[in-house]
Amino acid sequence: MKKRDVDRRTFLRGSAAAAAGAGLVALGPWADALAATISTKALSSRQAATLLVMTRRIYPHDRLEDRYYVGVVEAIDGKAAADPAKAKMLSDGIARLDRALGKPFKDAAAAQQVAMLKGMASDPLFQEVRGTSVVALYNQPDLWRKFGYEGPSFDKGGYLHRGFNDLAWLPDPPETASPKPE
Amino acid sequence: MANYGLNDESVVVVIGSGAGGGTLANELCQKGVNVVLLEAGKRYGIEDFVNDEWNSFVQLSWLDMRTTSGAWRVSKDFPNLPAWICKTVGGSTVHWAGASLRFQEHEFRVRSEYGDIKGASLLDWPLTLQDLEPYYAKAEDKMGVTRTNGIPGLPGNNNFKVMYAGAKKLGYKNVHTGRMAINSRARDGRPGCQQIGFCFQGCKVGAKWSTGYVEIPKAEATGRLDLRPEAQALQIEHGPDGKVTGVLYADADGNRQLQRARIVCVAGNSIETPRLLLNSASSTYPDGLANSSGQVGKNYMRHTTGSVYATFEKPVNMHRGTTMAGIISDEAGHDPARGFAGGYELETLSLGLPFMAAFLDPGGWGADFCAALDDYNHMAGMWIVGEDMPQESNRVELHPTERDKYGLPVPNVHFDDHPNDVALRNHAYRQGAAVYDAVGAKKTYAVPPYPSTHNLGTCRMSANARDGVCNGWGQTHDIANLFISDGSQFTTGAAENPTLTIVTLAIRQADFIADQMAKNAI
Repeated sequence: MKKRDVDRRTFLRGSAAAAAGAGLVALGPWADALAATISTKALSSRQAATLLVMTRRIYPHDRLEDRYYVGVVEAIDGKAAADPAKAKMLSDGIARLDRALGKPFKDAAAAQQVAMLKGMASDPLFQEVRGTSVVALYNQPDLWRKFGYEGPSFDKGGYLHRGFNDLAWLPDPPETASPKPE
Repeated sequence: MANYGLNDESVVVVIGSGAGGGTLANELCQKGVNVVLLEAGKRYGIEDFVNDEWNSFVQLSWLDMRTTSGAWRVSKDFPNLPAWICKTVGGSTVHWAGASLRFQEHEFRVRSEYGDIKGASLLDWPLTLQDLEPYYAKAEDKMGVTRTNGIPGLPGNNNFKVMYAGAKKLGYKNVHTGRMAINSRARDGRPGCQQIGFCFQGCKVGAKWSTGYVEIPKAEATGRLDLRPEAQALQIEHGPDGKVTGVLYADADGNRQLQRARIVCVAGNSIETPRLLLNSASSTYPDGLANSSGQVGKNYMRHTTGSVYATFEKPVNMHRGTTMAGIISDEAGHDPARGFAGGYELETLSLGLPFMAAFLDPGGWGADFCAALDDYNHMAGMWIVGEDMPQESNRVELHPTERDKYGLPVPNVHFDDHPNDVALRNHAYRQGAAVYDAVGAKKTYAVPPYPSTHNLGTCRMSANARDGVCNGWGQTHDIANLFISDGSQFTTGAAENPTLTIVTLAIRQADFIADQMAKNAI
């Protein structure tokens, strides 16, 4: 990989990710560049790019860097690699989507992509991508902190001495309702 | 630990090791009765539990094939997961939240109290609160329920602080950190709560009562318990006189074994219990065991549930500390002026980020959905537990074509809300949102019911044999040595979390069985 490519990708990631949340910018070039960095087992690079765009549109979080969405596409790719019927469904679904639009879904305008997805609630492609994403995206432990979720606590002794009752913007309940810790 | 022979006809076989079966097995062993306890799931120690929602879900949940039908949203969003319950030694007491509330006096006689409600198969229980009071007391002592037996309440967490402040602004009076089977101080060889926050994933310190690591080890210590994990009951067999004679089960290697029995007690939770009776049909009992009334599998109840979450300007961090950290009981009574029969409890609840994404709005996506999750650590939450109307058409039935790996029909769970359920839920959604609005919620979210955790009523108690499956002792009307020992017995659901009442009935049933055995009546 040439350094110039890396720089270009870094630039694309930063700019597209920032714009993705605002929903203003077409994600196609961002997705193409990012897809080229993923080593997929079942999906083509173009299909991976399409799924990157879909997952960003389905679960748009400004605070999340590209790698979390790459994790989702890798999860979908893993399922496709293990199940040829699923791989075909994804492939056919993406082709059908592109045909319906008259151009690649990934290169369409943001509003058009969202409108298209809204009409796909019962489509197996949409269901597969959304259903896998909602688990694979939010189940990445290094993403939890970005939402303020602290994950496992037993190994840290729970929250008994680490803020289980540290909320201070409301009055404390009386001890009859909420006794002090023993 | 005992090891009884398959041909030992003197043993009591208990099927299922959760709140009902695990308690019953221990109580019988304490009375000198020999028990074989068949449990479909594996045995885990507290060291095996994981503070990780999805990994724990896969470890503990009952994930065998089930189907759903009816208008409930679970059937659309989770078509093969009607219930979120456990398949492990300890059953669903491994993942329960710990709320331990007695039923109210009128909730045992709702047909008399509520009158005839169209479409509801309401029935009075064949027992009263007074009958159960001494057993409730034993259950609370056994489980170490806070605010009973001189045990202090648990300290409230951040999620409770929000609930409390909002409830008081609304004028609610009965608001506190609940009656919980979670140690607020060391008791019964188990430590106090460390506010870990993963009650649903199995308590890592054992502060929460569970049959898996409390009742069953005590039963084993008597030398009378033969616990067989990974033993899936397939059929209950009977003799020419109609009495049950044993249980056919598949062991851990998939081999079929037939354990003879003097008495069989079924506690497989309200989906597997009726399924087992129906799958045990014979030429003598063509409609399944104990089913002369036709009521096996009928009147399936799941509580009228739902959740309310709200986001705030400032942080809450609801995931810290006990999952069910407090309760509002002011709406639990029967007040028809509200436009529905029965009542509901409001109890704090929290989910981690992975489950919040899955359950906030199942199938939901897009900018608004993500905005809610972006506020995760500024979120407070509560769960609605309300009485649902029993309906004969709500049912657990055998699937006509789907078979499990043993070749037996899988269960289908059919459920439609009764109009009373809808009215109650909508009232609770409004009140729950009002609690949070009173302390400045940015936005409130009415969240649909999760897959059922409170499965009830599919082999209900009745005074008259034509109206139900078992009598007030859980003994089936048709077969004297066959008992129902879990929440399937419930004639109606009440507004309270069911575990305390399941345990109470199991303690009482153990007294009855031991007495009947001593008298050679069964």
